[in-house]
Amino acid sequence: MRAYLIKKLLLLIPLLLGITLLTFTLAKALPGDPVLSMVGERAQPETIEKIRKELGADKNILSQYAGYIRLIVNGEFGRSYYTNRRVFEDIILKFPNTLKLALAATIIAVPLGLIFGFLSAVKKDTVTDRIISSVSVTGLSIPVFWSGLLIMLLFSLKLKLLPPSGTGDIRFLILPAITLSLPAIAALARVTRTTLLEILDMPFTATARAKGITEMKVLLVHVFKNALIPVITVIGLDFGSYLNGAVLTETIFGWDGIGRFIMEGIMKRDYPVIMGCVIMGTFFFVMITTLIDILYHAIDPRIRLR
Amino acid sequence: MNTLGKMASGVLILIALLSLCAPFVSSYDPDTIDLDNLKEPPNSKHLFGTDNKGRDILSRILYGGRISISISLAAAFLSMTAGLIVGLCSGYFGGRIDMMLMSIADIVLSFPALLLAIAISVILPAGIHTVVLAIVAVGWASFARLIRGSVLILRESTFVDAARALGCGNIRILFRHLMPQCLPIVLVMTGLKLGGYLLTEASLSFLGLGAQPPTATWGSMINANRAYLSSAPWMVIFPGVMIAVTALSFNILGDALRDKYGLKIRG
Repeated sequence: MRAYLIKKLLLLIPLLLGITLLTFTLAKALPGDPVLSMVGERAQPETIEKIRKELGADKNILSQYAGYIRLIVNGEFGRSYYTNRRVFEDIILKFPNTLKLALAATIIAVPLGLIFGFLSAVKKDTVTDRIISSVSVTGLSIPVFWSGLLIMLLFSLKLKLLPPSGTGDIRFLILPAITLSLPAIAALARVTRTTLLEILDMPFTATARAKGITEMKVLLVHVFKNALIPVITVIGLDFGSYLNGAVLTETIFGWDGIGRFIMEGIMKRDYPVIMGCVIMGTFFFVMITTLIDILYHAIDPRIRLR
Repeated sequence: MNTLGKMASGVLILIALLSLCAPFVSSYDPDTIDLDNLKEPPNSKHLFGTDNKGRDILSRILYGGRISISISLAAAFLSMTAGLIVGLCSGYFGGRIDMMLMSIADIVLSFPALLLAIAISVILPAGIHTVVLAIVAVGWASFARLIRGSVLILRESTFVDAARALGCGNIRILFRHLMPQCLPIVLVMTGLKLGGYLLTEASLSFLGLGAQPPTATWGSMINANRAYLSSAPWMVIFPGVMIAVTALSFNILGDALRDKYGLKIRG
C-alpha cells in the first residue's frame, strides 16, 4: 500500500513537469516581455526584478526552466494579468463552490444511474430495457452546454421556478447540478447494465440461485457487489472531472467555481490563470484515480495495487 | 448489423450529404448579413429562422456541419492511425520500447481530456487544425492501449512464427500480418469514439477555441446565440439538435458495430 502510494505520487512529477514545460514554452513563445507576461503588468518592480534575476536571460534554457520551477514552488508568480492576484489563492477561494456542485451532481446521478442500469439488466430485452437503453445512449450524445441552456430556458426563463444563474444557496445549485448529472446518469446506467449482464451469466450466480435464496438477495448480495468495480470507476472519473471545474456547466449557469474561472481566463487570454487551473486540475484528477484504485483494493482484496 | 445501426448510418449519410450539397439545399449564403430579417422565427422562407444578424440558421448549420463532421472524422482517423502505430510497436517489440510508450499513454490518459484539449487550444493559434490536434493529442492513447493488448496475444500466434520463418522482417510482420488482425477492433473503437469527438469539437467551439468567426460550427453558433435564448430560442435549439442527432447516430453505430463483431470494449 505504501509503495503504491509513493509510486502514484512519483507519477505526479513527470505530469507536473510536462505541464510546467508547456507553460514555460508558452511564456517564452508569447510576444512581449516574458517576465512581464508571467507576473502581470501591474506587478511591483522588485518582484519583476527578482524574477528577471531568477530566470537569468543570459543563462542557458535549462537553468531558465529550473528558475521557472523555483518560482512556481515559491508561489512567487502565477498572478492573473488582470487582477494581479495569485491564481492559487483564487482557486482555493472558488474550490468549495466547485466541490458543492460536484457533490450535488454525484448525489443525483449515482442512485438514478444505478437504478436505471439495474432495471435495464434485470428486465433485459423487454420494453423497459429498450426504453432505458435508448434514453441513456441519447443522454450520452447531448452536449451539456446545450441541455443546460434548454433546462435554463424551461425552468428559469419560462416557468420562472428557479434563478437562471448565479452562485448561492440551493436554489442556484439545482439546475446546474441536474445538467451536470444527466450524462453521468446515462454513462452509469450503461455501465451498470453491461456489468450486471456479464455477472448474471457467471456460474456463481447460478449457484446462488440453486441454493434457493430469493432472487432479490441473489441480485443485491451476489451480483451487485461484484458489479461495483466498473461502477465505481465511472462514478470516480466523473467526480474527478467535476472537480476540475465543470467548465461548460459552470459557465452557463454563472456558478463561481474553478470551471468558470478557467473560462474567464481563456476569454481574456489570462495564461497564468489557465495554466494554474490546469496544473491544479491534473493534481486533483490523479488524486481521484489513486483513490479509486485504493477503493478497488478495499472492495476486492484480490486486486493488487500496482 | 442491427436495424438501429442501419438507421443510424442512414441518418449520418443524410446529414453528410445535406452538408456537402449545402448550396443546393439552401439558397442563402451562411455569412451574408441581412438587416431586414433579424431574428426571424422559423418560417417558410427561413426554415430554421435567422440569427441576430439576419443570417439563415439552416445555411449556417449545413456549412457548419461540414466543419464539425470533418473535424471529428479527421481526429478519429489520426487518433486511430497514431494509436495503431504506437500500439503495434509497443505490443510487438515489448521491453523498454513498450514501457516507454505505455507510460506516455498512461500519462496522457491520466489528464482530464477536455482540460488537456483546452490547454492545447489555448497555446496554438485557434482554428480547425488546432481542434483536430487537441483531440488527437488525447485520443491516440486509448487506441494504443487497446491495440497493444491485442498484439500481445497475437504475437504468440503460429502465423507470426511462420512469417518469421519465411524470412519476413519486423516491418512486414507488423503491417502485413498483425495489423489486419487488429482492424475489426480498431474500427469498432473508432465507431465508439466518434460521438465523443464530435462532442469535444462542439465543446471547444462553444468555448470559442474552435474555428473562428465568421465561420460557423454547431458549437460556436450556440455560444454566439446564447444571449438570445429567451427571445429567440430557435437560434440555440437547432444547432444543438444537430449536435445531438449526429453524436447519437455515431454512438448507436458504434454500439451496433461492437455487437456485430461481438467485442467487449467500452468507448
